[in-house]
Amino acid sequence: MARRENPEINAGSMADIAFLLLIFFLVTTTMNVDSGVSKKLSEKPPEDYVPPIIKEKNIFEVNINRNNELLVEGSRMDIDELKDAAIAFIDNGGGEGKIDEGEPTGPCNYCKGERSIKSSDHPNKAIISVQSDRGTEYGTYLKVQNELIRAYSDLRNMLSKERYGIPFPELEDSYKDDRANLELKKKVEDIKTSYPEIISDSEPTSSN
Amino acid sequence: MSKFRKKKKGMPAVNTASLPDIVFMLLFFFMVTTTMRETELKIDNPRLPNATEVKKLEHKSLVSTIYIGKSKDAKRHGTAYNRIQLNDKIATANDVPAFIINERSKVSEAEVPYMTTSIKADKESNVGTIIDIRLKLRDVNALKISYSASKAAE
Repeated sequence: MARRENPEINAGSMADIAFLLLIFFLVTTTMNVDSGVSKKLSEKPPEDYVPPIIKEKNIFEVNINRNNELLVEGSRMDIDELKDAAIAFIDNGGGEGKIDEGEPTGPCNYCKGERSIKSSDHPNKAIISVQSDRGTEYGTYLKVQNELIRAYSDLRNMLSKERYGIPFPELEDSYKDDRANLELKKKVEDIKTSYPEIISDSEPTSSN
Repeated sequence: MSKFRKKKKGMPAVNTASLPDIVFMLLFFFMVTTTMRETELKIDNPRLPNATEVKKLEHKSLVSTIYIGKSKDAKRHGTAYNRIQLNDKIATANDVPAFIINERSKVSEAEVPYMTTSIKADKESNVGTIIDIRLKLRDVNALKISYSASKAAE
């Protein structure tokens, strides 16, 4: 069979193929963004610092042992239940709030908890104390921290929806985009002071 | 025989006009996607824990990273997940203050309060190691930290 001279290869569709590849890669690659759970450490206390006396009922104690098991307020708990337990504790509102610059904040009028006298007085008095063992796995530790932060963000979210009609992350984002807006700033501060995030890490129980 | 000769003669040149386009496209693609790693990891790439409440770290230049994980050189450092890497060598918690002060000297003074320490630790490392580092960080007043985690679906 006689073959005729080859015609020139049509390169017109090359661009289409290239774009197809480009789009494929754009969709499939995930760009590596650094993200993490942010925390602020407390400052180093002075030598003669005497810690204030805090009522037992205002402390929510979370213990993690070296086998990564949780002990919350004296009883064992699964990590899935931790968030709800923390919310119940923070949002209890059983008494008067703390005295802020000489002005008492009064009882919590936005709390939806049980108002039991055995649990926390006010969200601004409620302290969550996490104690872990030196041998605890970091993954578990961070999971616990995450659940506790989630409890706070759920509460803030609820309050923000109730007072301003939008979820808290959206409120915060709109403030971040427009830092000069004093009204937004006031709203953000209001929510944040209503539910201040008080999570303390106590010294670990040491082993080996 | 004539068949072969004909083929040789009649082969048209492939049109290479669009080749630069393709090359540029690839170039741009790699430029966008690659993140430069300044330090070589002396430990196994940490398997980050998952968390839902993660925040993005802004201002890359103000972030100093501490890696914690299993050393690649098991003979020298053992197989525990508690080796600390600062810059490009394995160190101990006692070296952390010097590391932070060194990082601070790289930025202007006004920016120092915004510096964040990102802790990239393996899930299996021990809390004890983290706490040792945290105490050292508190000593040098580096109070903003971020526990590196990958975002998990709720």
